[in-house]
Amino acid sequence: MSADTNAVTRDAVAEHEAANPAANVTALIPQTLGGTFRSYVRGVRSGETGSVPAVVGALVLMVIFGVAQGNFLSSSNIVAIVQQSAPTTIMAMGLVFVLLLGEIDLSAGVVGSTAAAFGAVLSVKHGMPWYVAILGSAVFGGVVGLFLGWLRAKLNIPSFVVTLSAFIAFQGVQILVINSKSNGVQVSDQTLHDLYFGRISPAAGWILLFAALALYVLVKVVQNAARRRKGLAVVPVTVLGLRALAIAVFGGGFVYLMNIDQSVAWQQREGIHQWGVPWSSVIILGLLVVLGFTLTKTRYGRHVFAVGGNEEAARRAGIRVLSIRTSVFVLCSALAALSGLILAGQLGGVSTGDGAGNTLLLAVAAAVIGGTSLMGGRGRIVDAILGGVVLAILQNGISDLLQGNNASAYELIIEGAVLLLAAAVDSVSRRTRR
Amino acid sequence: MSDPVLRLRGITKSFGPVEVLKGVDFEAHAGEVTALVGDNGAGKSTLVKCIGGTYSIDGGEYLFEGKPVTVRGPRDASALGIEIVYQDLALCDNLDIVQNMFLGREKLNSRSRTLDEAEMEHQAGSALASLSVRTVKSVRQKVSSLSGGQRQTVAIAKTVLWNSKVVILDEPTAALGVAQTAQVLDLVRRLADQGMAVILISHNMLDVLKVSDRVAALYLGGMAAQVKTSEVNQTQIVELITAGRSGSLGLNPEGAAA
Repeated sequence: MSADTNAVTRDAVAEHEAANPAANVTALIPQTLGGTFRSYVRGVRSGETGSVPAVVGALVLMVIFGVAQGNFLSSSNIVAIVQQSAPTTIMAMGLVFVLLLGEIDLSAGVVGSTAAAFGAVLSVKHGMPWYVAILGSAVFGGVVGLFLGWLRAKLNIPSFVVTLSAFIAFQGVQILVINSKSNGVQVSDQTLHDLYFGRISPAAGWILLFAALALYVLVKVVQNAARRRKGLAVVPVTVLGLRALAIAVFGGGFVYLMNIDQSVAWQQREGIHQWGVPWSSVIILGLLVVLGFTLTKTRYGRHVFAVGGNEEAARRAGIRVLSIRTSVFVLCSALAALSGLILAGQLGGVSTGDGAGNTLLLAVAAAVIGGTSLMGGRGRIVDAILGGVVLAILQNGISDLLQGNNASAYELIIEGAVLLLAAAVDSVSRRTRR
Repeated sequence: MSDPVLRLRGITKSFGPVEVLKGVDFEAHAGEVTALVGDNGAGKSTLVKCIGGTYSIDGGEYLFEGKPVTVRGPRDASALGIEIVYQDLALCDNLDIVQNMFLGREKLNSRSRTLDEAEMEHQAGSALASLSVRTVKSVRQKVSSLSGGQRQTVAIAKTVLWNSKVVILDEPTAALGVAQTAQVLDLVRRLADQGMAVILISHNMLDVLKVSDRVAALYLGGMAAQVKTSEVNQTQIVELITAGRSGSLGLNPEGAAA
């Protein structure tokens, strides 16, 4: 009887296989524009919200503030918003790595400003050139991150506790590093100031946009060619073309806005221009390319996602979970140092207490608003940029809109509510996702 | 009859004073499904973990393709070509099928050292096709969107990718419905037809009878019997599991502890 069962199953299988040989399964890529759009909508509705909340949020806020205040959408205010978003965005980029593992780094704000103070001291008191100051600052951040990551990964102390301790302790370290009765260290180096205020020439802006666009198209074409060689489904040319067009239109609009000359009458008489894409935007674009590449195209990035998704699976697959976990804290603190330096450029130096308060939480909010999950396993570098811009719009608009004695109180309440809202969107979308 | 790919002779394993494996003989042949059955506590998991290198064996011989080998850890076992598909599948929900199948062994472009997504997707697709998998719509689906049976399929198909010689499946159908169980059993059969030695741990006698070529029954840390599935019926297997013997098969009453 059992032998029969066995034979029957096998015969059935053989027959079935002979009747319809299985085709090679490949990716299911919609081949028409309508199909691409429908599959995107389906994804959003099933919880893959991606950039939608951030983009919608930015547009809604721009309309509200634009209607409420005439000069909100002036070119000088838009440049200001872009510049204001930079420190938060760069810190959020580092936090994306930490959040991908389902960890948190509460110390990034304070550590970043402490590292910036270290860089500022190198520049001001020891007369080091700007690149040594930046490098020293980044190394300072990296070493701190290594220590924090080691405490989390090796000693298994929850990251919440490790980084909360660091948040407190490094406020003290910051005072020691600054070591001054004036409660701050002033930066005099022009390059360090330019990290925030610097602008590249209008022509350089257009060249950069063209280069970025060319790089995007090149990468996509090479990818599609490789897929076609292997007989895999490819993204249709029309869809690729539309995406490139969207980047060109959006990027072109951005560069155009940044290139409007904002110089006032006396500057024009002197031949001074106030125009060009901010340095900070160029830095952010560079980081987007490098970090995005790291996260999506390298083995390391894949392993970061794996550890964030299922630590046990990652370990069984031979991934060195401990080093991955440590490395994200190193990256986060080093990027926080860069963020701190740009903030120092904005404020003209580092004062005790910089980077404390809600600096860090705003960066977390930026990553989460952009679509990075607080629970780990999901996030992109571009999330940091989207979220950073939304928050900069909010802060800039609110501070002008709210007047009176309690303005700053309401501002804090609204910022807190926005972080909560972003986290709620994350939780709800996580629940609907199947 | 071919020589077994994997042969264990007189394997013993103790945890402190508790002797879990008392001289177990076991063999797995290429192209065959060997069902490993036994009651809870009979030593199935321990035996599997000894084969997979998670536990080191205390005594006995471990022969792979006829040669004695020492397996000191899971890496040694995978180097030999032994893969274990655990019950909790060890897949990352946030990654897609291709990414999961290549996890920890990603293919890189030779020049740029970046992930060779096209090659990985191609190989993953071929592996699924070689197992006649039709239930998966796209290999770029996230694992979180897959059903239990599909997840099991992905975990099993992974072993095809790595040209494994011995595949151990720990209760692959335990959490599945009727239709999905049938699909996974088909898959198990096809793995063996591709020339792998498949070891199937199962509590479900119907599954065992349906898909296996041999049955190895563990009883209180000893191998009660290893017989051809075609020569036994369900009652006999159940007796081997619960009493260690069935008619002329199994352990002698006086030798039960040997």
